[in-house]
Amino acid sequence: MLTKRNLLFALTLALIVVGFTAYSRGAHAHIASIDANEIVIQNFAFVPSTLTIKAGEKVTWVNRDDEPHTATANDKSFNSKTLENGERFSTEFRKPGTYQYYCALHPKMTAQIIVK
Amino acid sequence: MSEQDQMKRRSFLKCMAWGGTGLVWAMNGGVLSANELLAGSKRKAAGFSFVQISDSHIGFNKDPNHDVTKTLQEAVDKINALEEQPAFVIHTGDITHLATPAQFDTAAQILKSARASQIYYVPGEHDVFTDDGKLYLERFGRGTQGQGWQSFDYNGVHFIGLINVLNLKQGSGTGLGGSGFGQLGQEQLAWLQKDVKGLSGSTPIVVFAHIPLWTIYPDWSWGTDESEQALSYLKRFGSVTVLNGHIHQVMQKVEGNVTFHTARSTAYPQPAPGTAPAPGPIKDVPADKLRSTLGLTDINYIAKGSQLAVVDDTL
Repeated sequence: MLTKRNLLFALTLALIVVGFTAYSRGAHAHIASIDANEIVIQNFAFVPSTLTIKAGEKVTWVNRDDEPHTATANDKSFNSKTLENGERFSTEFRKPGTYQYYCALHPKMTAQIIVK
Repeated sequence: MSEQDQMKRRSFLKCMAWGGTGLVWAMNGGVLSANELLAGSKRKAAGFSFVQISDSHIGFNKDPNHDVTKTLQEAVDKINALEEQPAFVIHTGDITHLATPAQFDTAAQILKSARASQIYYVPGEHDVFTDDGKLYLERFGRGTQGQGWQSFDYNGVHFIGLINVLNLKQGSGTGLGGSGFGQLGQEQLAWLQKDVKGLSGSTPIVVFAHIPLWTIYPDWSWGTDESEQALSYLKRFGSVTVLNGHIHQVMQKVEGNVTFHTARSTAYPQPAPGTAPAPGPIKDVPADKLRSTLGLTDINYIAKGSQLAVVDDTL
């Protein structure tokens, strides 16, 4: 049978676990956001599909698929050209706006950069 | 048989399993029939035949094929071993993997050895994505019009090569979630309409293009915007055959007077629609696929909710 003391212990433990998980998630997200704005191309998708940055920041794409991909702006303002597995492409966004882009080989792959 | 020989045989069979080589199309009284391309194959001599090969992806060097140059050469060898020389060869695109000059060179070198009076090409997206098709047109676009489309007549049959891999984004809607479908473009459609205008309705028509001209699987963009408009110009013809590549597997559909058919790749197979998270190469090709990929019976395709009757003719 559950005693009062046991219940209190279980609840405390649960709170600690939940709190720790929340803390580590937050910390992780924080690290990701200060990490050079990186977009991973994997499983035929840009991750994240929407990235918000400040004007003047640099964005880096890295292809983790075996298949070649590109990051090509709809308005052609940037174009990574062919990115093979492991290859990277970086570009700086100076002007605020929404930059939609796609993969020229797999045009169903679409994503956007929002520059504030 | 030594272990090494067994291995060789096994890898050969494995290679045969997916290294689809091409199709021989025999024309009989306006009706096309497809046969798997095998060395020394016999056909009843009537009309003429031509060979379709596709998706040679020169430059691809990962699983399941680290030597796509060799498998393209094998396809050409099989063309050359045919008892009756085909009238010509049609390559339905993705000649190269990354459209580099070296890859175009290698492809041209191998295809030159095909015993056929001519090879007709249409590009795949892999041939044009780096430079909107400039290099492709320089190398393979001789005698074509506009951005590379073309038509020609052979023994009373009218052949039309369409390009649906340029400006892929423009027609895909703006922003996120575009269709990614192949694009024909109004300029080419206007040309097509004019091209078939003077032809009698009894003229057999063969259309070839890289991306399928019917919607096979929208999730993977396996279809072409404006294909309905293009086909509407061909409605009055008694026999229309549409040959495509792009999806690296055999599929067939008959709709009224129109027969659609996709060819295998000479480089690597791609998954059946919806059977994988993405349409990348099938890396591990199991031995038990041998029979089905030799194309003896097996192509049934059920896409989410819609069913395609697909028939694969064999020898």
